[in-house]
Amino acid sequence: MARSALRSEESLMFVHCLTNRDENVRNHEFEKILRTVDSWINGYGSPVVSSDCIHGQKLTLLQEHIPDFLRLSYDCPFPDVREKCQSLLEDLQSRAKELKMPKRTEQGPSSFISEEEVVPVDTAEDQTQMLFVDAFLQNNRLDHVTQLMGYHPQYLESFLRTQQYLLRGEGPLPPDYRHFIAIMAAGRHQCSYLINLHVQEYILQGGDSSWLRGLENAPKKLQDLYEINKILAHRPWLIKKSHIEKLTKGNWSMSEVVQALILMAHFHSLSSFVYGCGITTEIDHEGGHCYSFPQSTFSSSSACESCSSAEDSSNGNSGLGIDVLMERMKKLTEECEDNITPEERIKHFQTVESQSAEIQTHPHGPSPHEDISRFVLDPEFTYQDFVMRGTENEIPTFRAQDYSWDDHGFSLANRYYSESGSLLDDKFSMAYNLTYYTLGDRKNVDTTAFRRAVWNYIHCIYGIRHDDYNYKEVNEMLERNLKAYIKTVTCYPERLTKKDYDNVMREFKHSEKVHVNLMLLEARLQGELLYALRAVMQHMM
Amino acid sequence: MSSSCSKTMSCNTEGQVNSIAINRDSTLIVAAGRSVFKIFSVDEERFIERLNLRVGKNLNLSYSTLDIAWNHFEDNILASAATNGAVVIWDINRHQRNKQEFVFQEHKRTVNRVTFHEKEHNMLLSGSQDGSMKLFDIRKKEVGVEFCIGSTSVRDVQFCPCQLSYFTFASADESGNVLIWDMRRPDRVEKQFTAHNGPVFTIDWHPEDRTRLATAGRDKMIKVWDSAKCKLTHFIQTIASVSKIRWRPMREFYIASCSLLVDSSINVWDIRRPFIPFATFENHKDVTTSIVWKNDDPHILYSGSKDCFIYQHLFKDAKRPADLLVPAGLDISTQGIISHACTDKNEKTQTSSGRPFFKKNPGRSEKFLEATSYLMTFCHPEESLSMDWFVISAQRYLLTGRPLEDLLDHNANVAHELGRHQVAQTWEMLKTLYCTNLPSTVVTGHPNLHQQRTISVSSDKMDTTLVKEKSDKVGKGARHKSKADPEDKTLDVTSGGSDEEISDKEMNERNLSNIARGQINPPTDWDIYYGGGENSFLDFNSLADMENNKQPLTLPTEAFHPRHEIASQTRSLEHFQYVTESPASGNEGETSTGTGNTNPYASDKETSFPILTADPLALQFPEWNFKNIVIDMMKYHAREFDVQTSACMLIVLGNRIKSEIDHQVQENWLLSYIDLLGRFKLWSIANEVIKLSYPSPVSHLNQQSTTVHVTCNKCNRQLQRSGWSCDRCKSVINICSICHQPVKGLYVWCQGCSHGGHMDHIQDWLSLDPQCPAGCGHFCEYT
Repeated sequence: MARSALRSEESLMFVHCLTNRDENVRNHEFEKILRTVDSWINGYGSPVVSSDCIHGQKLTLLQEHIPDFLRLSYDCPFPDVREKCQSLLEDLQSRAKELKMPKRTEQGPSSFISEEEVVPVDTAEDQTQMLFVDAFLQNNRLDHVTQLMGYHPQYLESFLRTQQYLLRGEGPLPPDYRHFIAIMAAGRHQCSYLINLHVQEYILQGGDSSWLRGLENAPKKLQDLYEINKILAHRPWLIKKSHIEKLTKGNWSMSEVVQALILMAHFHSLSSFVYGCGITTEIDHEGGHCYSFPQSTFSSSSACESCSSAEDSSNGNSGLGIDVLMERMKKLTEECEDNITPEERIKHFQTVESQSAEIQTHPHGPSPHEDISRFVLDPEFTYQDFVMRGTENEIPTFRAQDYSWDDHGFSLANRYYSESGSLLDDKFSMAYNLTYYTLGDRKNVDTTAFRRAVWNYIHCIYGIRHDDYNYKEVNEMLERNLKAYIKTVTCYPERLTKKDYDNVMREFKHSEKVHVNLMLLEARLQGELLYALRAVMQHMM
Repeated sequence: MSSSCSKTMSCNTEGQVNSIAINRDSTLIVAAGRSVFKIFSVDEERFIERLNLRVGKNLNLSYSTLDIAWNHFEDNILASAATNGAVVIWDINRHQRNKQEFVFQEHKRTVNRVTFHEKEHNMLLSGSQDGSMKLFDIRKKEVGVEFCIGSTSVRDVQFCPCQLSYFTFASADESGNVLIWDMRRPDRVEKQFTAHNGPVFTIDWHPEDRTRLATAGRDKMIKVWDSAKCKLTHFIQTIASVSKIRWRPMREFYIASCSLLVDSSINVWDIRRPFIPFATFENHKDVTTSIVWKNDDPHILYSGSKDCFIYQHLFKDAKRPADLLVPAGLDISTQGIISHACTDKNEKTQTSSGRPFFKKNPGRSEKFLEATSYLMTFCHPEESLSMDWFVISAQRYLLTGRPLEDLLDHNANVAHELGRHQVAQTWEMLKTLYCTNLPSTVVTGHPNLHQQRTISVSSDKMDTTLVKEKSDKVGKGARHKSKADPEDKTLDVTSGGSDEEISDKEMNERNLSNIARGQINPPTDWDIYYGGGENSFLDFNSLADMENNKQPLTLPTEAFHPRHEIASQTRSLEHFQYVTESPASGNEGETSTGTGNTNPYASDKETSFPILTADPLALQFPEWNFKNIVIDMMKYHAREFDVQTSACMLIVLGNRIKSEIDHQVQENWLLSYIDLLGRFKLWSIANEVIKLSYPSPVSHLNQQSTTVHVTCNKCNRQLQRSGWSCDRCKSVINICSICHQPVKGLYVWCQGCSHGGHMDHIQDWLSLDPQCPAGCGHFCEYT
């Protein structure tokens, strides 16, 4: 997205009229679009008046909308719209030679998963299809994130409901603020996908386009939020009640703060998911389509791609097979664990903690693009291993038993931002408990131990300890490769490569890998929220 | 009462307390948490630390305790629930330093609750996050029975008091269900009902009534159930999630509760009056985590909190929020009817023909429940509270549209006709001040300044002593005046006279202190100065009260001196401020009515004689800044609850006074006047006032909610956000027929065919072609 290429609100809305459940309405609206397109190509309506300057202008207008048609021809859950857009594009190509016809650069919504294996937009699954339509109506597009989550419709439903509530539901913050906060949050991980998406949404909400020139143009109120945004994204344990105090002493109300915190945490962790699944740029966004050769798949659009070619595999070992994993899980469930003393547990936690620090991730991520860096302050501030946080007394380990989501976090979130707690709670438990009792090709597998290990390992990365968990299990369940992957996705998602994705969980299905990514998303979200809401509570006391 | 010798006391345990328990005779109390495990003995005066159980070199997680229970039979046995899923039995009589008797590692997840059976003292029940409850036999050191509820976590388990039902216990889980079990039947639930929306954090059996069970949870509700019928009997809405509830022993309806977060107090509720706690203990600084009643004593309550303290609360020291309420209301209607609501009939004031006509809920034995209320209305027989004068004045006052003189005259007449002579006088005075040969004073004021200054220097030595003398005299004079003319205060029910006296006294005191500090004293000068100003229009008043002259006669020089001081300082800012703050305004209103101004006038004439000879012009045309007096007078009216006069004067005088009064004050006057007009339904007058009000916030009032929303031409929905896009049909509307872009400003359309677009586009088009640009074939006409 080039700076000059900001499209106006009405231009973005041009094809929104097609997002209607009623097929007749869609047909009618499409007729109107066709008529407008006709008049753009032919100049004025009836008696053709030659006014070349206006005509030229018209064609640029039309050109602007072509990527929209291209997107709809691929990513619309309604078959009639897909077909019509397709034929419109072909028609345009033959009628107006001046127009440049774009091709999409990426095949499918993910660069990690081939298009054939992703849930198709016209999936036969009724529930998924319904959700796709809902998402399409909600967002005026079926975005790639939704499409990938289509593997897990139960979760997707909960996710869509929450995101809809956060961005468009009742709440103290005005809509343009919400999208700008989303941009700020996604900027911490240089997630251009989310930034592009929300820049558009921001414009559609009538946001002031001057803010998009950079953070320094945004109101002071939003700039004040940046410090928390930065800490929350990378080292949430540093959040103290003084941060909250600073905001409330400015002109932030308590419920605004809570909404902003939830929004930021949501988009930080969503960035993790976007990178973790290699989600590709939307077709109508810059980089999602190109006008020259259709084969330019290896363009610079996806950061993940560019890295993967450069990086040679250092961790080529195949990792844990499913058989080993299953065997260990079985052993764990059978094993009577009373021979483990609590002292050992603490040691295990510390081991896992410090082991996680030893895991080397790719040292450098891609340097942020200029379009992104204007939403980012202090880009050098990144995750630092919790064990390296300095003196231990200053920041003690967070005990999940002392401030748990179920008891405290939920109540506080609901108190200041009604319903948000219930929605998030729903989403957390959905991600945590989701299972189809399969693993790879096996059926009837109890994956609880594996899921719990993933969840608790992410919390461990953030220094949150569950007293009643035996952290030795983490080492049993997660081999080093997978741990590196989890850590990268959680802490430095922008550094992830396709190779990393391919190398872990080899025998897992793609849907299972996406499930792991969903758990990463939710566990990270919960971790950030626990720290943030604890600070809010301390401020209230 | 056994608690008579005890007192409210506290002790710092040096660690966040998660749970406390007391032993059978309430002599020992144990406080446990993540980093604390101590036993205290309860003395009369204080807690004494007896034992620290958190000792030894390997302090592991089984020491970090969530819940603790004391054996009902053997005083040396304790059980604790650890965050790591361990259930630990402690024997405090053990001879080693480590008092851990035995550790059960049966639960996979955190254990939320442990509790001993009351009679079967070897039976220990635990409820855990892993969804199971286990009945331990602490003698055999093994699990007796296991109860499983699946994957949802057990948050609380409680045995039914065994004199009521020996084998019954209840469990509460995270999904909001309450289950009642028979401990001999682990395979089957006796009863089950959904109590809360979200997790239930705590349950408690009523100590005497076996069917009564209280539950509370994250949904901020305390509910009391009839457990036999699974029916809700009472509920209390609290302000935060409830973490613990405990029935008060020997009281049928009382229950104590504490919150999980935000609120650190302990509330004791009467379930029959759910809207206000019966008693509150607010000693803790952080959330209270645990509450325990002293065994069989309703007057003593122990509590532990995250602020590291444990407390012994005495019921008599509790706060009674109900006592702090003001259970009375009073209001007066525009018709002069007063209504009064109160809880107690006896307290009502028997002023006039009061008649209680509404009465509910006659009193009960217990005072707290006596939430009775009476509503009484009073009508005043005489019309003294009537506001007719307000309505008539509002209707008849002229605020604009005529020359100032006429307006003031008219308004004075209105006030006169209503018998409001003081107000009438004020209007007349304004007329006098603003409509009489004003220019001459302004022009001639300046040259005199220099001469006066020289004179003042010469008289400087005398003034300190003399002014003091004089101010005393003036004070007396004012007092005398206020007694002399009571007819001036016919309308003021409040004792205006005494107010003025006080303000006079204050004024004098201030003068004296000012003199002591070597400052000059403008407030006293005003009388004299005012009189001086009157010089130029002697026709104003009769000299009837000449006998008062005797007093001022003794004040020769300062009558002249202050005039100089003011004149020389008119441009300094401090002076202005001081004047506006002066409490002399009351006096001003008084003197201006005509009786008072003769004194200063006379004194002026007498005393300034030698100086007058030196420069007669100086007296004749002083630069008289009377604005401050007018402002003080207006403020006086506002203070006397007659904001109408102040607001009307403000509007009538307009720019003449506007810049001198604080904007906030002006706004307040106007807004209150508009508000009052609204209450008397004088909407058009209110609107006129709004129109004439220059402070912008007021004049913008009638421009509010004047937006007319256009509706979408497809779905008829109001367009809230912008005029050219509809959020419901998600389409751009008002599209120009020529450029196919939305028209964001003026939309021109042909009334024949309804097509149109941007003004300039349509103009361009029509200059080329008379037909409609949309191609409908219509020959468009625009006029």
